[in-house]
Amino acid sequence: MTTQLRETDVVIVGMGAAGGVAALPLAEAGLSVVGLEAGTWLDQRDFAPDEIRNNYRDWPMLVKKAEQERPTSRATSATTANQIGGHPMMNAVGGTTLHYWAQSWRLNPWDFRVVSETTERYGASRIPYGSTVEDWPFGYDELEPYYDRVEREIGISGQAGNVRGNINSRGNRFEGPRQSEFPMPALRWTAFHDRVADAARSLGWNPFPGPAAINSQAYQNRPGCGYHGFCNKGGCPINAKNATHITTIPRAVDTGNLKVVTRAHVTTLEVGSNGRVSGVNYVVGSNEYFQPARVVLIASYTYENVRLLLLSKSRAYPDGLSNNHGQVGRHYFSHHQGAGVGALFPYDLGAWYGLPAQGVAVDDWADDNFDHSDLDFIGGGNLWLMSDRRPISAANMSTYGQGRNWGSAWKRFIHEHSDRTHGSYIQKTTLPYEDNYLDLDPQVTDPLGLPVTRITGQYKDNERAIAAFMQDKMEEWYREAGAIEVSRGGLGNTMGASTHAYGGTRMGDNSETNVVDRWGFSHEAPNLGVLGASVMGTSGARNPTLTSQALSWRTAAHLVDSWRDIAE
Amino acid sequence: MTDSNRRPPAISRRDLLRTAGVAGAAALVPGAVAGVREETPATPSPAAAVEVQGRVGSSLPSETAPLVARPLTNLTARETEILSAMVDRLIPSDEMGPGALDAGVIRYIDRALSEAESDAADAYRSGLAALDTYSRYTRGGPFIDLSTIDQDSVLIDVQISAATGAGVGFVGGSGSFFNMVKSHTWQGMFGDPEYGGNVNFAGWDLLDYPGVRLVVSPEDQRRLEADQLEPVRRSAYDYPIFE
Repeated sequence: MTTQLRETDVVIVGMGAAGGVAALPLAEAGLSVVGLEAGTWLDQRDFAPDEIRNNYRDWPMLVKKAEQERPTSRATSATTANQIGGHPMMNAVGGTTLHYWAQSWRLNPWDFRVVSETTERYGASRIPYGSTVEDWPFGYDELEPYYDRVEREIGISGQAGNVRGNINSRGNRFEGPRQSEFPMPALRWTAFHDRVADAARSLGWNPFPGPAAINSQAYQNRPGCGYHGFCNKGGCPINAKNATHITTIPRAVDTGNLKVVTRAHVTTLEVGSNGRVSGVNYVVGSNEYFQPARVVLIASYTYENVRLLLLSKSRAYPDGLSNNHGQVGRHYFSHHQGAGVGALFPYDLGAWYGLPAQGVAVDDWADDNFDHSDLDFIGGGNLWLMSDRRPISAANMSTYGQGRNWGSAWKRFIHEHSDRTHGSYIQKTTLPYEDNYLDLDPQVTDPLGLPVTRITGQYKDNERAIAAFMQDKMEEWYREAGAIEVSRGGLGNTMGASTHAYGGTRMGDNSETNVVDRWGFSHEAPNLGVLGASVMGTSGARNPTLTSQALSWRTAAHLVDSWRDIAE
Repeated sequence: MTDSNRRPPAISRRDLLRTAGVAGAAALVPGAVAGVREETPATPSPAAAVEVQGRVGSSLPSETAPLVARPLTNLTARETEILSAMVDRLIPSDEMGPGALDAGVIRYIDRALSEAESDAADAYRSGLAALDTYSRYTRGGPFIDLSTIDQDSVLIDVQISAATGAGVGFVGGSGSFFNMVKSHTWQGMFGDPEYGGNVNFAGWDLLDYPGVRLVVSPEDQRRLEADQLEPVRRSAYDYPIFE
């Protein structure tokens, strides 16, 4: 028996990185908002610096909805997908912003215009074969005010490289112009960071500190980062990581207009006879509810956004909600973050206390910041050298060919080298392709009996060529900084479930190739909006969260401005 | 419906951790002998188990003996003997300092099998039996009776998935068993002592890890870089906020 709840103006499915941001402008505008969240509230008392729990077990999540609906994956449609590995996301108010790395980049202006820029500079033939990439429906300048707003609302630290066209070589000279400096200076550097930055400069490159949703000093009555070393998949015990559960969501609650409902497991969206979305079905334990709403925003991560739409079949949308053009699940891609490079140094790095967002970036080989005329790919990668070391992971380091990884000889090795290893992080331009997509798995279901998402995806020649090129650049940098051994991972094949999952509900003006319009609302069901990286058509060479949050704010602001058109 | 704008009262992490492990904790009997689960029939004598640990070179001083010499919840006495001999080769006690046995890795694994790693119980059962079978077939005796050189050569076979043969019985290949045990051994050696391992911070000392701090000042970082930072010896759960 389903309990019918009272209608609300807006229901948001998922109170994480995207939904948790969108709630604030809606609530501040006086709309009444219900935020449905599968997880629960957690706070800093739950965030012990405990590597076993954070990195090897399941963290303090009290609800594990995501884990129960892990996507299956396969390289191509010729094979059967397997459910291997965990789900990259967690369930809680604040979502994965609780334990993410918090790198908070803006995309580069090139990322919004990959097709036009490539065609103008190198010719249309340079768009990789089979790619379905399109220009975004707007450019960087359109999103800039929302980037700026979110950076201030959440609190981002960093060093600007381009403020209104004024280039500052201490920041990223390749970034798009910002209207103002970051609200906080960048996180500090250690002696190792100084050393690798010097090495980059001696190669003629432009090193700079990266942006982070982490306080480098007191901000909004919360302290600066403690650099305790457990930030990687760990929550912050002093509330210096600016996850939405301590930033935008509480401020939205304080307006009196946001009601957060925890342990709410959304199953489907309902559609009325007019083709408009009428509300959301969810369960709490064994109790079933229907929450009617004038507008529904789904913000439940890429795999769940697509899954919710495909599971919500109706007379108006027989193949899934907003899928009458067959675009739900298309243009999917997992960010190419693999193909890593590691190094062994002859000196201690002093890396026991740091965090993945504290580091040195080089953008000289990203996007179209260098001439691709004689290269066999477009795009590039962001090189990132961070501080991230914990005891168990340190003890699992490669021995770089210096003997077995156990036994007495290994004990001598690890005693000497535990603070001398380093792993780089290289994010690479990744494109959508015709044969990479999400759909529902025909066999694997969650405990409610609903099919899980299936990922069919493979990195193509363009991604693999970037990976090889970036590995060369990374090795060059490591050697310049004094590395005595360098190791490389494979160039990439199957796209597995990823923390950077894009597409599936792509944003664009053309309703034949995109699910949502330039504002994030469905081309088919006008009162359905989609939040998160599932609307993004390109990845850039950097983390998606800030872009997804800026887009969420923009979609919410548009809803406020166009309430009558969208809701009535 | 659940109106949950208000956050729930604090849940003690220690309580949560202990809830799962309470059976093991309650069953502890100080001074009981190595690896003997009371209900387990036909166990070798406690003396034999201690002798095994001594023979393979573990220094096991008497004052730390109770750390391993307590009843275990999941592993039988026989399994404990084999696993002890294995982890003692993975991280031996030697001139570099304490090894996996001294650090309480067996207790860590046994507790983990009641908690987050309960799905691994069958893999331990079958894997330890297969390790012993493989030793008998290929080296002429049970694993615990082999010389350390032979034990190491068996473990190399197991690690590279070469421990095969009719009746050996590794499920999913011997390499995956090795990797599982190694992974848990490393967790028990280098993880937070809250889980029963890393006794006397043996693992963190081996790495020269200066310990869990909530705030690391710029001055602390400079001391670390000058190798002058005093180690903090406490579990994360010894900080009041997490108790």
